Amino acid sequence: MSATESYTETFVELIRRASTELPADVLEALQEGRAGEEGGGLACIALDTVLTNVDMAREDSAPICQDTGTPVAWIHYPVGVSTRRLKEDFGAAVREATSRRYLRPNAVNTLTGANTGTGAGRGIPFLHFEEWDEPRIEVRMILKGGGSENVGAQYKLPDGRLGAGRDLEGVRRAVLDAVFQAQGKGCAPGVLGICIGGDRVSAFEETKRQLLRPLKDTNPAPELAELEERLLAEGNELGIGPMGFGGKTTLLAVKIGVLDRLPACYFVTVSYMCWADRKAAVSIDEGGEVQWLS
Amino acid sequence: MAELKLPASEKTIRDLSVGDFVELSGRMITGRDEAHKWLIEEQRDEVVPYLKDSVIYHCGPVVGENEDGSYDFVAAGPTTSIREEPYQADVICRYGLRGVIGKGGMGAKTLDGLARCGAVYLHAVGGAAQVLARAIPRVEKVFMLEEFGVPEALWVIQVERFPVMVTMDSHGGSLHDEVEERSQAKLKELLGQGA
Ligand code: SF4
Repeated sequence: MSATESYTETFVELIRRASTELPADVLEALQEGRAGEEGGGLACIALDTVLTNVDMAREDSAPICQDTGTPVAWIHYPVGVSTRRLKEDFGAAVREATSRRYLRPNAVNTLTGANTGTGAGRGIPFLHFEEWDEPRIEVRMILKGGGSENVGAQYKLPDGRLGAGRDLEGVRRAVLDAVFQAQGKGCAPGVLGICIGGDRVSAFEETKRQLLRPLKDTNPAPELAELEERLLAEGNELGIGPMGFGGKTTLLAVKIGVLDRLPACYFVTVSYMCWADRKAAVSIDEGGEVQWLS
Repeated sequence: MAELKLPASEKTIRDLSVGDFVELSGRMITGRDEAHKWLIEEQRDEVVPYLKDSVIYHCGPVVGENEDGSYDFVAAGPTTSIREEPYQADVICRYGLRGVIGKGGMGAKTLDGLARCGAVYLHAVGGAAQVLARAIPRVEKVFMLEEFGVPEALWVIQVERFPVMVTMDSHGGSLHDEVEERSQAKLKELLGQGA
């Protein structure tokens, strides 16, 4: 990696892939959901439309959804790489991707209401940096849409209304309530990123990181793997269905992470990712060689 | 699936009920948060012809500008409708709208407005930006582009077989209420809280 090399073009391509090509694991989960719906009702029509839409977006290299969301990226880098430069290059990539219409101008000045017009703004994109021992840079990103972000939730256990104590049964009750509250509003069927523990900041961060996991992976902690499976089944039993039209496919996957907590706090935090579960990843080696990851 | 031509008569709209799948053809207009506020602050006569007997689409599109100054919708799925709940019924009744397109459904005040003034809530598939953009072959005109920006401007568009589901009708029916009630009963069962 030479000191003058810019990663901007690679990051633009990363963003293009995220915005226009739905990952294989998500596509597969949507197809399975479609196969499980019966009778050609609204749930079937909704999922058929979604699947057609995914094909069209890929063919045309156009955004899957017009809300191209907040770009959130986790960047691992070797010793000696300037994170300030990576940040500049990623910001430049967001602006370029916006001018090429892979992204919608999606950053709004909160006080004046004026759109920045560039896709970038204060806190947008949102980047996490972590140094590692490997000689390469790895970037994993998601595009997190606003409609689904609005139905995320944070519970403080114990919760009397839900009869939720400070244990995994309490977690289960909180999460099922979150799925019920969301109804179809986060563009169901969705993926849940969950964090048990942490504080009000670290927990939401962890929920987003959980969204990077392949939908079909198994949680290495057996009790969490079991809870993930149970919540997926029970969430679907609620019958909310695609778009909230009623049906069997409400959730595509549930992913749970854990952080330690303060003695006084027990948070259960839920991020909802819509069916347009846009993720992309790239690895850049020492020589600048680019490899696309899935 | 029935094709529904815009502008539509009150009778046509009152014949629709929850669960119907229809495809819209004709002229409609987009509008979201800024637009609804603007429409309600005072009577906007210049947009009346585009609202009367037509529908408003809750959409913040990605728009491309062509060399000749015309526009194309690049991505155009629905946005969450409930944010317009404070305004929607008044906008429907004041401007004579026959429908609203969005996602997620709306509340009691809007449901009442639909019944009172003869209109329906039409749910487009959330996130289906490409399918829906292709059903919008032409952009005719735009209001408040400078002031509101691309996603919030009021775009007058021609649509062709634009697919939507009736999820709230003009007779008090709401699929959203039904699904919520059913899922609440199921939730109580799963939590062992009785019905
Ligand atoms: S929730 Fe997701 S699919 Fe739905 S409109 Fe927002 S970004 Fe698009």
